[in-house]
Amino acid sequence: MNIHEYQAKQIFAKYGVPTPKGLMAQSVEQAVENAKILGGPVWVVKAQIHAGGRGLGGGVKLARSIEEVEKLSREILGMTLITHQTGPEGKLVQKLYIEDGADIKDELYLGVVLDRAREMPVIMASTEGGMAIEDVAHNTPEKIIKIAVDPAIGFQGFHGRELVFGLGITDPDEQKKLISFASKLYKLYIENDAEMIEINPLVKTGSGEFLALDGKMGFDDSALGRHPDIAAMRDISEEDADEREAAQYGLSYISLDGEIGCMVNGAGLAMGTMDTINYMGGTPANFLDVGGSANAETVAKGFEIILKNPKVKAIFVNIFGGIVRCDRIANGILEATKLVDVHVPVIVRLDGTNAPEAAEILRNANIANVIAATDLADGAAKAVAAAKQAK
Amino acid sequence: MSILVNKDTKVIVQGFTGKEGSFHAEQCMAYGTKIVGGVTPNKGGTEHLGKPVFNTVKEAVKSTGATVSMIFVPPAFVADAVMEAADAGIDLAVIITEGAPVRDMQAAKAYAVKHNMKTIGPNCPGIITAEECKIGIMPGMIFKKGNVGLISKSGTLTYEGANQVVKQGFGISTAVGIGGDPIIGLSYKQLLPMFEADPETHAIVMIGEIGGDLEIQAAAFIKEHIKKPVVAFIAGQTAPQGKRMGHAGAIVSGGAGTAHEKMAALEAAGVKVVVSPADIGKAIAEVLAKR
Repeated sequence: MNIHEYQAKQIFAKYGVPTPKGLMAQSVEQAVENAKILGGPVWVVKAQIHAGGRGLGGGVKLARSIEEVEKLSREILGMTLITHQTGPEGKLVQKLYIEDGADIKDELYLGVVLDRAREMPVIMASTEGGMAIEDVAHNTPEKIIKIAVDPAIGFQGFHGRELVFGLGITDPDEQKKLISFASKLYKLYIENDAEMIEINPLVKTGSGEFLALDGKMGFDDSALGRHPDIAAMRDISEEDADEREAAQYGLSYISLDGEIGCMVNGAGLAMGTMDTINYMGGTPANFLDVGGSANAETVAKGFEIILKNPKVKAIFVNIFGGIVRCDRIANGILEATKLVDVHVPVIVRLDGTNAPEAAEILRNANIANVIAATDLADGAAKAVAAAKQAK
Repeated sequence: MSILVNKDTKVIVQGFTGKEGSFHAEQCMAYGTKIVGGVTPNKGGTEHLGKPVFNTVKEAVKSTGATVSMIFVPPAFVADAVMEAADAGIDLAVIITEGAPVRDMQAAKAYAVKHNMKTIGPNCPGIITAEECKIGIMPGMIFKKGNVGLISKSGTLTYEGANQVVKQGFGISTAVGIGGDPIIGLSYKQLLPMFEADPETHAIVMIGEIGGDLEIQAAAFIKEHIKKPVVAFIAGQTAPQGKRMGHAGAIVSGGAGTAHEKMAALEAAGVKVVVSPADIGKAIAEVLAKR
């Protein structure tokens, strides 16, 4: 789960990680009110969406008067912001963050993520703040410092020294401040089961203070149960409505650009099915994992969500029945076709436990739209052919 | 022969009396697995499925001589269960539970490594030595005995792969579902040498997916140390960047961990890489025909 910048900064504040003062606003009036409370003389009006690259997309702007705060808030609130992370459809701006302008001398990058290879959190830092870290990693990887911290010992003095010397910070007072900053950030990463924290930029001000100018945080979904305060920060308007609806039924759904709807049990086989469709010259319309217990209700819901996409010209149901018997799934599919108006060809491949019985059930039902397939390759080929025919 | 488990392996179940634990323990016993007991706190001294229940893993190990534990406890208790197993001297913990927090698994795995306990999973179908011992939730009847070892991050792709191998007239020695979480126990790099050393395994199927770099590590290892033919499939060639594809660890972030870079690394290591999982069986038939 991801949260907004203003929420990340609330968590930072709780742990004593310094940030500029700021207040969230959901209307232009509130933005103006916030600006008055902050006092100025310079404010930053920031769009709050779950995506990076907001500045380049025109979602972060400097104001030098209350009038300007009002004008910019009116512009940004309600706009559809397109950045390299939102996709071409962009994201609607529903919240603003009004923040004190900072006196920026230097821009750094500081983040904490899980290093999967080392199986421990790693602090990432760079002198190249304010740029996309992916680009820095690609073009000048030597400018990124990585410091793995074993949670069994926590953030130690040597981690801090590696950080400041790596960044070329020589002033003892500045060293102390940045080490304290990083150690607090590590602590909040661990204590909140964060998956990633990114501060880009972390700025050094004219007076030698370090401030988190931005803040991005993501959390381990599996750990949200023990963090009700963080779970409460969820903003469902930032999530894809279809993905959310699917999740309520225990389905894992992600929409894609293609024409062949996919309904599969298991995440790996679901990806493998998409890959096979692509390999055979078709295009997958979605990823959909119906989970281990595909039944009439989940299959019907799956059809419903897939068919919301007008581009879908055929559906490939690919189930490898293990503990769940295929004959039961076949009956589930038949029932689902009664519950939902399935107006495109449905190619069904059921393999595994009781597959011959399942094939028999589908054959006897003799539904015009339902085409049986013998294996993965056969099913994918039939789905690709059906989609081509529908054009 | 086989790897890690066989018909003589003594297994206990942590979370024995729960719904999932009961159902799958029973299925495993029906397959022939030597389930010798289980652990459920406060139910010690009772019997379940005709086997003794213990309050702690230590008691269970002492009384039954079990060396492997199959873990079905709820996600929030997984780390505790894994560490208890390690502390009690279990050799291998097979963690089936899905949804354990990453931070918990980090600590649990570090503790397991310190105690020389191997782990498989979490969030995996388990391990099966065909027609001898099933420790997990996979449908046993797919796995006919044979000479192909299988390692997979995905459950249903394990079944798909095994099924194709069998349909081509071959069979499985041992299949291991390693799980798709960000932090997992035994991975390709540890399992490949076990298959290399197993005289009954003649070829290996390796099924990976987007996210992380375990497959890249495996490629480097294969190049240096594996002489047996390896067939690989990497799921998620068509997965969009930045989206989590079902498994917690299946995500391409910042352009890293793509299927294509993994496929290229494996190919460069001499692995026969298939673009569609539908070709796993055929590829195995080809590499075994060349032997």
